[in-house]
Amino acid sequence: MDTSTGTAPVTWSAASRWLQRSLPKLVLSPTLIVSLVFVYGFILWTAYVSLTPSKGYVIHELAGFFQYVRVWNHPRWQVAIHNLAVFGVLYIALCMALGLLIAILLDQRIRQEGTLRAIYLYPLALSFIVTGTAWKWMLNPGLGIEKLVQGWGFPNFKFDWIVSEEMAIYCVVIAGVWQATGFVMAMFLAGLRGIDHDLLKAASLDGASLPRIYWRIVIPQLRPVFMGALIILAHLAIKSYELVVALTGGGPGYATELPSTFMYAHTFTRNQLGMGAASAVMMLLTIVAIMVPYLYSEMRGARRHSH
Amino acid sequence: MASLELINIRKRYGELDILKGIDIAVDAGEFLVLVGPSGCGKSTLLNMIAGLDTVSEGEIRIGGRRVNDLHPSERDIAMVFQSYALYPNMSVRQNIAFGMEMRKVPKHEREQGVQEVAKTLQIDHLLDRRPAQLSGGQRQRVAMGRALVRKPRIFLFDEPLSNLDAQLRVDMRTEIKRLHQRLSATIVYVTHDQIEAMTLATRIAVMRAGELLQLGSPAEIYNRPANTFVAGFMGSPRMNLIPSMLKSDADGMHLEIAADGADPARISLRKVPDAARPYVGRQITAGLRPEAISDKLDASGVDGRPVIDALVEVTEPTGPDTLAVLMVGGREITARLQPDSALKAGQRGRFAIDLSKLVWFDPASGARVA
Amino acid sequence: MVKGSRDRGARFVIYGLLLFFAAIYVLPLIVMLLTSLKPLPEIYSGSIIALPHEWTVKPWIDAWGETCVGLSCHGIKGYFWNSTKMTVAAVIISTAIGMLNGYVLTKWRFKGADLLFGLILFGCFIPFQIVLIPMATLLGKLGIASSTPGLVLVHVVYGLAFTTLYFRNYYVAFPDELIRAAMIDGAKFFDIFFRILVPNSAPIVVVTVIWQFTNIWNDFLFGASFSTGESAPMTVALNNVVNTSTGEREYNVHMAAAVIAALPTLLVYIVGGRYFVRGLMTGSVKG
Repeated sequence: MDTSTGTAPVTWSAASRWLQRSLPKLVLSPTLIVSLVFVYGFILWTAYVSLTPSKGYVIHELAGFFQYVRVWNHPRWQVAIHNLAVFGVLYIALCMALGLLIAILLDQRIRQEGTLRAIYLYPLALSFIVTGTAWKWMLNPGLGIEKLVQGWGFPNFKFDWIVSEEMAIYCVVIAGVWQATGFVMAMFLAGLRGIDHDLLKAASLDGASLPRIYWRIVIPQLRPVFMGALIILAHLAIKSYELVVALTGGGPGYATELPSTFMYAHTFTRNQLGMGAASAVMMLLTIVAIMVPYLYSEMRGARRHSH
Repeated sequence: MASLELINIRKRYGELDILKGIDIAVDAGEFLVLVGPSGCGKSTLLNMIAGLDTVSEGEIRIGGRRVNDLHPSERDIAMVFQSYALYPNMSVRQNIAFGMEMRKVPKHEREQGVQEVAKTLQIDHLLDRRPAQLSGGQRQRVAMGRALVRKPRIFLFDEPLSNLDAQLRVDMRTEIKRLHQRLSATIVYVTHDQIEAMTLATRIAVMRAGELLQLGSPAEIYNRPANTFVAGFMGSPRMNLIPSMLKSDADGMHLEIAADGADPARISLRKVPDAARPYVGRQITAGLRPEAISDKLDASGVDGRPVIDALVEVTEPTGPDTLAVLMVGGREITARLQPDSALKAGQRGRFAIDLSKLVWFDPASGARVA
Repeated sequence: MVKGSRDRGARFVIYGLLLFFAAIYVLPLIVMLLTSLKPLPEIYSGSIIALPHEWTVKPWIDAWGETCVGLSCHGIKGYFWNSTKMTVAAVIISTAIGMLNGYVLTKWRFKGADLLFGLILFGCFIPFQIVLIPMATLLGKLGIASSTPGLVLVHVVYGLAFTTLYFRNYYVAFPDELIRAAMIDGAKFFDIFFRILVPNSAPIVVVTVIWQFTNIWNDFLFGASFSTGESAPMTVALNNVVNTSTGEREYNVHMAAAVIAALPTLLVYIVGGRYFVRGLMTGSVKG
């Protein structure tokens, strides 16, 4: 080896060369293995359990789809599906509508925009359990909002939805929308900021009024944001578990049962592993059914753009 | 022994041939410029020399040693990038010394190296600054410093001046040339700017679509381009490529230039090179640079410089001269006139043609004939 | 902005609506705080937004040290500590591995790298109910069921998909020429990582840490499924406290406990709000 500051490049040993070439793959492999085992492997395992007559522990014999039949025939599952539909539709629609509205309002060059945005977004920093606890308290019949409004001079005001079998699910909607609207708002705001202002100026010069401009030009341009928000909200709705647990515990009775609470109850409390697994598989399939077409169309779009 | 040898270099991406067989040998102290339009493969070739890209076929030898399978840091090269690629989290001193650090050179030697280089490039007052605090020209010098300190066998430059503004580009170009002369360094330099190529190179490699069209000194490339593409690409304004007919009659040989429907123009030729004789009676493309067509008529009798009469369409005074677009035989030809030429658009004038600069091209293939 | 949104009447409506929504958003937090500072009789007699006549911090002291969680009555401080241990460990590990993954996937492209990234990414989308049964079995077999290390394992495993996504998206835009220059300088795989990449990664590390911290601290599903009793995290303890149906309902203590549970992530949000939003947006941009 020479002693001058430049010249004579270092030569590597064969081992060093091999190591450098393999390191990228070596470094990535733990995550890959983890993914294969804990994601794909576990999915297969759960699917396997869903095909067994397992109850309190896993029974290793295949029994066809009978657990799925049991789940579908179960009254609690039927309530859960019905609730998911009601909750899902309202949750998504209200979050999107309110999120879009607030985003549009914020886009109007508001003073203190930053503070307002921070207020709308903070619920996302909270655990669903905290949110559920807070709203459970506020919706408490007798001590919460009902009492508050009665105190304002409306002695006959009733707001006991949370203990009503029919209306309890709407309480879940309220709490859920409160938490997630900020996120949708942030997405729409980013989308609005990305719209070419020259388009809006041109329309304004053409004499279009503000609501018209929004309706005909801005909102159509936000289509990708709508799609993205839709996917994320649907995803959240299907996974919704903690909110229900904290807010209503699934009740009254099982009036606010959702597939996620059904799955948890049958797996951990009621010793029906087979049914729990089957319900989990169905949750997964629903999410896949929504995500795959979306991702496929996103990739197709991306490929088209790169040509 | 050549410093760098490229032997039948090919590069393939799946079905696509990026480089189709490049052969170049570079001697010590040479300044080779790879020039060509975007997509011609010059940057790919440079990356392959550096070891940042793999070779599909062929061999690269540095100092006689086959380097195809060697890591960039083993090849005795240094590279200056278009975006300078200075490490943003390190000071100028650390940037320059980084390579030495990686090679475990002891601290006092590193500092010595840094000081030496900083003095050469006049950046010693910047050693403790971060790249973000430097101007474009300063960053470029630090990037060069980082390369210089390695004292490599070959320096590689990847379009280093493209990010600078026009005046700075000219200044830095001169600095690079001075550095080359002072260090007798061996340099391979990639650019799409043919002026940089002409001013800096000892040899130029003109590339297009993965092929090496011509390898030669700037003078050769300029005066004896291998084909019409090289002729049109190098030199600004472009060489006039005039479709004409080589004719022979009682007065001798001449070029007839006649676009459809226009009055033909004649340029008398004293002599015609042997290689061009087969084209008598046929179409041939005549290559004449604008400076070969002038309004200085005093030498017209000497050297047999024929004089033609032509209409001036447009004049563009540039300062050092005046460019004029002339109508000759219905074709537009650019001429370089004296800076104080009084000719105006619409006037007719007389122009002398320096036939010694005439280059002949085959009209079908574009290859130079003579 | 566009003509029409400048006039007085429109501005009034706009600000009015925004403030109305802001009030609704802030209301639950204010109610929680007020309730947590009132003695119990006031809660029964007054309204939820009434200011306390008699301010008291006893509910907070009770919540921290004395309230009953399940069978033991030592307050929530133990569970708060569990959550802290679990979250800090899981955040550090998942962030570090995600960083390396992002580096490999963007700067060392090899055949199939994009496909592998897609495979890993899928983990972001699955409903975690699908892994509860096998994971419970595995943790039992490894002997770490119902323990903090067990939860750390779970959170690291399922956090890797997100952290990899964040770093991969960030490093994609990191200039390749810097890496090339370092290679020519003789830097090897880890040299480049520690000397060039990591020092220039501060923004994305903050975003990732905030995102991971928030998600892991706030998790309930994994906590409830894989830990019981003394090793439970804060969220499970909170749910326990709030939903016990025995004895008198101490709403003020419940609210105090809820606020304590919410404080860490709220603090992180207030301090790092800008990065929080960036994290949200990255998560919503697929691929």
